[in-house]
Amino acid sequence: MKKERTSSRFMATLEHMLSNDSWVSILVIVLGFLVGTLLLLVIGRNPAGMYAAMLQTLTGYDITRNVWNARYIGEWLTASIPLILCGLSMGFAARTGLFNIGAEGQYIVGLTVAQFVALYGPQVPVLHWVLALLAAGLAGMLWGGIVGFLKASYSVSEVVATIMLNYIAFFLSRWLTMLIPGTNTYRTPTFPATARLTSTLFLRLTNESRLNLGLWVALAACLFYWYMIEKTRKGFELRATGFNKEAARYAGIKVTSTITISMSIAGLFAGLAGAIVALGSFSYGRVLAGYDNYGFNGIAVALVGNSTAGGTLLSGLLFGMLASAQPLMQGRQIPKEITWIISGLVVIFISLRGGVRLFLEWRAREKARLRKETME
Amino acid sequence: MSDYAIEMIGITKSFPGVLANDDITLRVRDQEIHALLGENGAGKSTLMSILFGLYQADAGTIKVRGRPVQIRDPNHATALGIGMVHQHFKLVHNFTVTENIILGSEPRTKTGDVDIRSAERKVEELSRIYGLNVAPKALIEQISVGMQQRVEILKILYRNADILIFDEPTAVLTPQEIDELMQILRRLRNEGKTIILITHKLGEIKQVADRCTILRRGKVIDTVDVATTGEMELAAMMVGRPVKFKLDKAPAQPGKVVLEIENLCVQGAHGAMAVQDCSLQVREGEIVGIAGVDGNGQSELVEALTGLRPIASGRITADGKDITRASIRERIDAGMGHIPEDRHKYGLVLKFRLDENLVLKTYRHGVYRKPLGMLDMEKVSNNAERLIPLFDIRAGQGPATRAMSMSGGNQQKAILAREIDLSPRLLVVAQPTRGLDVGAIENIHARLLAERDKGRAILLVSFELDEIMNLCDRIAAMSKGRIVGIVDAEHADEHRIGAMMAGYVQEEPTAAPAASGVQA
Repeated sequence: MKKERTSSRFMATLEHMLSNDSWVSILVIVLGFLVGTLLLLVIGRNPAGMYAAMLQTLTGYDITRNVWNARYIGEWLTASIPLILCGLSMGFAARTGLFNIGAEGQYIVGLTVAQFVALYGPQVPVLHWVLALLAAGLAGMLWGGIVGFLKASYSVSEVVATIMLNYIAFFLSRWLTMLIPGTNTYRTPTFPATARLTSTLFLRLTNESRLNLGLWVALAACLFYWYMIEKTRKGFELRATGFNKEAARYAGIKVTSTITISMSIAGLFAGLAGAIVALGSFSYGRVLAGYDNYGFNGIAVALVGNSTAGGTLLSGLLFGMLASAQPLMQGRQIPKEITWIISGLVVIFISLRGGVRLFLEWRAREKARLRKETME
Repeated sequence: MSDYAIEMIGITKSFPGVLANDDITLRVRDQEIHALLGENGAGKSTLMSILFGLYQADAGTIKVRGRPVQIRDPNHATALGIGMVHQHFKLVHNFTVTENIILGSEPRTKTGDVDIRSAERKVEELSRIYGLNVAPKALIEQISVGMQQRVEILKILYRNADILIFDEPTAVLTPQEIDELMQILRRLRNEGKTIILITHKLGEIKQVADRCTILRRGKVIDTVDVATTGEMELAAMMVGRPVKFKLDKAPAQPGKVVLEIENLCVQGAHGAMAVQDCSLQVREGEIVGIAGVDGNGQSELVEALTGLRPIASGRITADGKDITRASIRERIDAGMGHIPEDRHKYGLVLKFRLDENLVLKTYRHGVYRKPLGMLDMEKVSNNAERLIPLFDIRAGQGPATRAMSMSGGNQQKAILAREIDLSPRLLVVAQPTRGLDVGAIENIHARLLAERDKGRAILLVSFELDEIMNLCDRIAAMSKGRIVGIVDAEHADEHRIGAMMAGYVQEEPTAAPAASGVQA
């Protein structure tokens, strides 16, 4: 009897948590780690190694050798920046009811434009990288805005349009970058120092990690996202359109311009991500050999972060941690693929929410039936 | 053997958050017309879906002719002789009547072809026995809605059903077609069928039903003999309190023309002209009703007026200003309020809070503006605090309540509050009480009349003729996209309007209003 009561209380708590998106995300992450841990046990590795690697990524403290190096924290944050920005890109579009699968293309456009400004822009300190960031952001806006415009004016599916534009962006980037004199098959000449996002403060704090000024950009972007979506009249229009396009139109909201604006801002975030990777983590322009995949991973980031500013920030940090813990895991005999498995599991579990709800409903039904039968 | 064709004993069915059926017992005698009366959400449809095998009950037993059964799915129900005529027909439009009827159980000739000849003969035979008057070779798209319903009836008769469930069968019919359906129901009973009639219309029950079971909030209130129970009694049992039938309505004081529609043509979703050459005036202080069966161009007319759908030709003026090509926002600003037909599609953002929904059209106005493009959420919330008591909106968490979690009646009150609070000169109201319970309907009707008396011009589209007759001062009947005729409400009677709704043009009314001289 007592056992049943505790189990029903557990179910009630579970039900309550599932009705709250933040709790679902946390639950799902815990579940993902749990299964990841089990998997390691099954293949006969010690999961402690995985957690030690994660601890080292988050705090810089190596528990096995008892040494501390802040560089790991810096690398973690560096890996998180483009994920956060691409998550915001995805999330912003999602809040307006759009599926921006084109963050990758917008990212590439931003990256390419930033590289050009870095090589050809005025070599004035600060101004140089500010210009590069601005140009990259605008390019991303344009790349996303085209899709929004096509969607709003001609009902072109944004999914198809963004996928197409991803390819165009990729090959255009390769072609244009190769035109730069002194470029070989994989790199351009080295950027002037004025174009780099280097921060002496971060270099000192994080023991020469690649952490750069992009961190502030990412945090500012989160703040802007929150302000725009939750606080402004434009945000009200965006959210109304996202939840119910027809009702928004009925209320006199210009849905076409709202969709264009939403995709432009989504593109802005992704374009900035591209610029930050180009100017923060590299000292030369790259001729892309493949997708960096930040744009695509942004989809998962936004999904786990429930497309809110704070949630996306946190989930970007989580995915960044998983990515930058990989080399540390390998050193501890943990296959690095486990991080991909965990992030995959998290995404699958979050999509399973509907299924869990069904299960709870089924349980409630069974209980009602049992109660009836025992009464009769 | 049992006297009962159907017994449903102690049926309980819950959905997440609602107990749709709470220990319901329904006993239907053999060869009777048994009405199932209740408001929307009373649990009628759930109960019948369980009987038809669409849902499984959480608890309770079903007996068909005294034998306990577990009805697994609709095919099983059909095998048990139970058939259902759904509210929305399930017919293939470019098939003939017979082809639709045999679909899924086609008779074969010796060579394996579909034996359409014998099927047609059988359909004709059935049609004759039950007086359905259906031509077996007609195409569905060429016959009227009333005929299509008869095809649905034939479909289940063809499958040898002797227990027929009708789900709100009159919702889509004109008054004449309703009369004919009532005759058909009687004939079916006299030929030995048992009928369960789901409805919330008391008149129909008084006309044809033998007994009536009343449901309220998932519970059985009573089962009564219809002959010895008055309409008022039935209504009171359905609602749970006495109900007023007639509205107290002061005579209209019409003033200047507010809305003027001239020769309006509007293209429908399928390319054909859904509204053809429609002209109409609405004046201050009057309610003009558009009567018509669903799908005769009313929705397109409303969408064209409110700017949701482009206009093919014609002219619309509001207060003398041409708004034919005006944007939706311009129309709102010109003083047009709109209570849309589909409140979930257009009227509300269901995932928004109540207060956000209440400013859906006014959020851009000065009062809600804060610097840096911000929306003044405090003012938005205050606005809701002001409107909630004014319009008697019941919302659990006040302004912060999600629209989604409110009842249909309160959602509609919220829309009404928002639109009326815009202080529009003109209210375009479509189907304002669809799916609402009697209490909410009374409330909304009273509110619309009050707005009329304040001098607003109101255009009301409704598929419920009673609603039109009760509320309106002038009534325009619409059929196949045309306004067939316009009559003063005092001189209107149900059958004349019904004839117009069916497309018969009326000669000048015998008691023509001499003084008003308004002819649109």
